[in-house]
Amino acid sequence: MPEQTIDLKKRRFLTQATSVVGAVGVGFVAWPFLSTWKPSARTRAAGAPVDVDISKLQTGQLVRVLWRKKPVWIFKRGAEALAALESAAVIKNLSDPDGSGYSKNQQPKYVTTNFRSIKNREEVAVIVAVCTHLGCSPTYRPEPGAADLGGESWKGGFYCPCHGSKFDLAGRVYAGVPAPTNLVIPPYHYVSDTLIRIGVDPEIS
Amino acid sequence: MKNKESWIDQRFPLTKVWNEHLAEYYTPRNFNFWYFFGSLAILMLVMQLVTGIFLTMHFKPDSANAFASVEYIMRDVEWGWLVRYLHSVGASAFFVVIYLHMYRALLYGSYKGPRELIWILGMLLYIALMAEAFMGYVLPWGQMSFWGAQVIISLFGSVPVIGPDLLVWILGDYAVGDAALNRFFSLHVIALPLILVVLVFLHIVALHTVGSNNPDGIEIKKNKDKDGIPKDGIPFHPYFTVKDTMGAVAFLWIFCAVVFYAPGLNGYFLEHANFIEANPLQTPEHIAPLWYLTPFYSVLRAVPPMFGSQFPGVLAMGASLLILFFLPWLDRSPVKSIRYRSPIYKWVLGVFVVSFVMLGWLGMQPVTPLNVFLARFFTVLYFGFFILMPWYTSIGKTKEVPERLTE
Repeated sequence: MPEQTIDLKKRRFLTQATSVVGAVGVGFVAWPFLSTWKPSARTRAAGAPVDVDISKLQTGQLVRVLWRKKPVWIFKRGAEALAALESAAVIKNLSDPDGSGYSKNQQPKYVTTNFRSIKNREEVAVIVAVCTHLGCSPTYRPEPGAADLGGESWKGGFYCPCHGSKFDLAGRVYAGVPAPTNLVIPPYHYVSDTLIRIGVDPEIS
Repeated sequence: MKNKESWIDQRFPLTKVWNEHLAEYYTPRNFNFWYFFGSLAILMLVMQLVTGIFLTMHFKPDSANAFASVEYIMRDVEWGWLVRYLHSVGASAFFVVIYLHMYRALLYGSYKGPRELIWILGMLLYIALMAEAFMGYVLPWGQMSFWGAQVIISLFGSVPVIGPDLLVWILGDYAVGDAALNRFFSLHVIALPLILVVLVFLHIVALHTVGSNNPDGIEIKKNKDKDGIPKDGIPFHPYFTVKDTMGAVAFLWIFCAVVFYAPGLNGYFLEHANFIEANPLQTPEHIAPLWYLTPFYSVLRAVPPMFGSQFPGVLAMGASLLILFFLPWLDRSPVKSIRYRSPIYKWVLGVFVVSFVMLGWLGMQPVTPLNVFLARFFTVLYFGFFILMPWYTSIGKTKEVPERLTE
């Protein structure tokens, strides 16, 4: 036995090989535990579309519904509000008015540029009421000229109380506020004249 | 009795541990007011653990029942209101103690070598404590719980590429809801308390290995008598166990005054909007985190979005915490204690304290152009304190440090 020496090279190799295999094993065992944090089957099944009856919606009125656990606004804009959305006075204050920049993926293809609503139903807006900054729900401030929001230059819109982001009545973000992009327009379509289904694109006819 | 001790000592190093950490742990004799806060932090940890255990017996971690179960504890459980207020005021008091404890380290250079590791373990404790407090605040499922969680968890959503998937993974859902509440409960009552207790253990072992700093910033181990005992040291027990007990009594006197007469402290310890149940359709008019998180929240708000992303603000907030870890290496001053530092350092430290307090105050205020400007101004000063530290600590005339403690 005294003649036999310890093969340190072999020992180091075996230690390293065992460590690597062990680390892979830890990774495999961690996976099921980390996966328990993913949305469960029940949660995934709960994302069904939501129907909203707008027959009683008055001009200027806003209703909130939950769709996929997120608040969604459905509100009716008057002629004056719609005119403001197309006016240079509003557009010059916006960060990405035509949704071609960072806000490219914030709306479905079938909504119009300035009103961000379905064609021929421009007065009704459907917007996910989650600020693109950090997820608060902005406050509805439709009154033009609100003194605390810039007076004359304010043509109505939404104000996020958490961090001061401003949006116009089409959910387009103002320049120079914390929110980086326009509010999200969910997929939606009209089942009938007065019934909106949120969560499903219109059928291509 | 003698026999029994040796019976245990043959099987467990009881006397050895007692002597090493208490009866023969030599502590600088000149500890002042600022040295109460370490033991007070342990007191608060025990307070939170004990009250937490009893709250868990009555609380329901379920988004449909959580809010009502807290009200049940407040109204129907015998003495439940006391346990709950001790816990909620305890959280804020814990941070008061921790901030004063950390400020002590800044005053007397306690983070400087050979105590770098104590500082790093302390910073890890601080961050774990913030996570613990944040998740605890979500549990009552009031409006502030819900929207606070929404904002803080959204920070992870701003990470480029993986953000949206990461967000869903953390929430276990597509929005803040039952799944998030349930897992935060688990983290709040099991995972993070375990981590906190382990870190406290390591923090203290590291401290007792190198020995405590003191208001003079002099290493007492450099001057030992013939028995190897530091000449300027006195045993922790009974001298400081008695002194710290007195500190605890004074502290608890103020603490109980708050618990009994102003448990919400006018919205600073329990925000008014949190007495309304969580409503995912409506953000409260004004939301802010609790006071102990607001300085970092201000940094987050101060940074404008860049490249269509909020991530730069999140990075800045992360950096404002991370940079604290590097303090031991940023400080190039040859002396530890403020008593012997250059006048320049005293001014800079003053500016830093004002910046930190102002950031904290601004974090509770609504966003106005003036407040945004101020937040940016003080954010720059906050980072300036650290980034310029290698420079301003190496210039200016320091006073000569005496060989022995001065008082």
